Amino acid sequence: MSTLTVTPNYATGVVSNFDLFAGKLVDREEYFSCGHRACQGCGEALAIRLMCKALGKETVIANATGCMEVISTLYPTTAWKLPWIHVAFPNAAAVGSGVEAGLKVMRRKGRIPDRYVKTVAIGGDGGTVDIGLQALSGAMERGHDMLYVCFDNEAYMNTGIQRSSATPFGASTTTAPAGAASPGNRTWKKNVPEIMVAHNVPYVATACHSYPIDFMNKVKKARAVKGPAYIHCLAVCPTGWRAESKDCIKLGRLAVETGIFPLYEVENGKYRLTVEKPEKLRPVTDYMKMQGRFRHLGKEEIGYFQDRVNLEFAKLMNKVECIESWDELKG
Amino acid sequence: MTKPVGMEVAVAAAEAVALCNIDVAACYPITPNTHIAEHLADIIADGRIDAEYITVESEHSALSAVMGASGTGARTFTATSSQGLMYMHEILPITPAMRLPVVMGLGNRAVSGPINIWNDHSDIIMQRDSGWLSIFADNGQEAVDMFIQAFKIAEHPDVLLPINVNMDGFQLTHVVEPIVFPTQAQVNKFLPPYKPFASLHPDHPLSMGTLGLPEIYTEAVKARDVATVNAKKVIVQIWQEWEKQFGRKYEPVMTYKTAGAEILILTMGSMGETAEVAVDALRKKGVKVGLLKLKLWRPFPFDEIRKAVRGAKTLVVTDRALSYGGPGGPVCSEIRAALYDQPNRPEIVNYIIGLGGRDVRVEDFMKMIEGAPKAKKSGDAYQIYGVRE
Amino acid sequence: MKKWPETWKEYNTGGIVFEPGNARSFKTGPWRSLRPVWDNSKCIKCGVCYIFCPEGCVQEGPDGFFAADLDYCKGCGICAHECWPSAISMIEEGQES
Repeated sequence: MSTLTVTPNYATGVVSNFDLFAGKLVDREEYFSCGHRACQGCGEALAIRLMCKALGKETVIANATGCMEVISTLYPTTAWKLPWIHVAFPNAAAVGSGVEAGLKVMRRKGRIPDRYVKTVAIGGDGGTVDIGLQALSGAMERGHDMLYVCFDNEAYMNTGIQRSSATPFGASTTTAPAGAASPGNRTWKKNVPEIMVAHNVPYVATACHSYPIDFMNKVKKARAVKGPAYIHCLAVCPTGWRAESKDCIKLGRLAVETGIFPLYEVENGKYRLTVEKPEKLRPVTDYMKMQGRFRHLGKEEIGYFQDRVNLEFAKLMNKVECIESWDELKG
Repeated sequence: MTKPVGMEVAVAAAEAVALCNIDVAACYPITPNTHIAEHLADIIADGRIDAEYITVESEHSALSAVMGASGTGARTFTATSSQGLMYMHEILPITPAMRLPVVMGLGNRAVSGPINIWNDHSDIIMQRDSGWLSIFADNGQEAVDMFIQAFKIAEHPDVLLPINVNMDGFQLTHVVEPIVFPTQAQVNKFLPPYKPFASLHPDHPLSMGTLGLPEIYTEAVKARDVATVNAKKVIVQIWQEWEKQFGRKYEPVMTYKTAGAEILILTMGSMGETAEVAVDALRKKGVKVGLLKLKLWRPFPFDEIRKAVRGAKTLVVTDRALSYGGPGGPVCSEIRAALYDQPNRPEIVNYIIGLGGRDVRVEDFMKMIEGAPKAKKSGDAYQIYGVRE
Repeated sequence: MKKWPETWKEYNTGGIVFEPGNARSFKTGPWRSLRPVWDNSKCIKCGVCYIFCPEGCVQEGPDGFFAADLDYCKGCGICAHECWPSAISMIEEGQES
């Protein structure tokens, strides 16, 4: 890490909880090349780029259908420099299971070089928390030596901003639009990291591209687990969130600073916030006012949103403070 | 050659798959294929072969997982039936599109509803256009032989397509039959190890399952169609090779007592053996009848059908599935298409038989053959045989 | 590299792309309406612009300063917005820096 310390400037919202020079120390190799067709300022493409840097060369990727698949591999081109397979929308975790089993048995039988290659399955929120949840549950429960990373941009962006179970309360989407009789999406975001914790997955984490070193450290930690691991990465989608592309990083940071998307990891059952808890969470409106998807919300809905964020954050802190790790429980 | 052993066909099928020294299997339980999945799990659990067995949470994931494994260059197997095959539907056409030589065992079973676990062909017929190669076994010996042949066909460099081996549920999968197993050394000689033309490994990164824009999708379809159509040549070649090494003959359309036949009856699957008995009985009565057994469903053997029906006045086609509101039984549709522009083609009668496990006995085949002229006169495109009016 | 295979015979078996990262042959630069311009007198060479670029098109030069490859830069403005010493500004295409 850098020796020069820079005081984060909260007034401009530009730098917070991020060692300014740390970026220079990451792997300079690009495994996700230029020329991909993601929108301007795509947080998900950035997150993929950072993930690949953290994973390194000895990796195979199984990708669910979605934005990242569509924008990266338009035949006869590919943005991927890692071995990559895509089959369909709901089955990245199942395809990954097969890749992992295949690599394991082929290595054992001496048919491929005798060295460890990590299998990583990736999908968007639709491909993970909705249509792919069963395959994900199966793969994690079976204990494949596989990392699954969900890139959550909080709606079906590839098909045109339809509501998923990861869409936040109040967001206007094309299938849960705001209208005279509707506040937009009426449900609270499904907590999939918690579902993964319930699968006894030894390493579960939330992450965001706006905290690149934190994200990459989590990917490295998850990669080192000899078994299943899950990372839920918030990926800002300026197009679908009706925001400016330049604000992509800032929005991710605000999601964390408001407590809407806390960054934490659960290692062998033990919860830990990975970005220091601010003394006071910023009001959710700081985050919402920058996004067209929340523009229609009135005082009452925003009030509900704020109360629920406070409650969810308190529930998480309760786990952070009270739950002991599996090792501690063993005594 | 080893001595015949009495064995349940599903169990024998699993033994055949094990002889092929597979690397990865993924199966989800469904009647009546379960005994294949169970016995294969036993074989792997006992360490008789070195393979990974993935106990997936659905058939959708079963096929997805073997495709992932096949992508790494592993030899892979899955098995299913009926609703399980329906559940795989989304993934089925992608396997041939990605040219992954997965082998699948099918214990054919009726598709719901009403829910029914017994045999007919509605499951595989509904997946007809998925692009898999499809072969049908008449008996246990054929099932065993076909599984070993299947890996060689699928992995052939000119083919590289997935294949399913069809066995009638219960009526074939659950019966005990005498079976001659080839030795491991014989199988090794016939079936070389799988050498993938491309595989997922960091030593040579590549992208599998890419997006095809309108500018390329048509060319992708054409390439795949040519591979599928050309697969017939390889299949026939491999069957001839099998005959040479093991003495048992396989052809896309097998014939039984067709010399001088005026009436031909055609079956697909295990009912061929019942029909043989009916043909024997009618021949004794002086009826000039013969039997055609369709072994290759996809790619469909159009030329072989045209050749096989030459000289016959009537062709009775039996189907074990129905295309609702369509032209009749799906096998008969293909045959009508094959013969449409042929001079001197036989008159065609189509019976839909043996639905949802309904028994079809020797007498029924005799009735169908003898009743063919009357059925033709009715003018109906097809008859649902044995339905209670 | 050909944009499209000329005949179906040139379509790779299974649609596999064998050349890693050949998406570089597709230039996304023309999508841009604004382009980033670096004022190296303000630059502290921290690399924030490099780490946050969704294209991976901002790279460090031999002199330690950073620049965007304009063949690929889509002009999202993240680098300019995140630049801690405000060394990067976005200017309209067609205008001189």
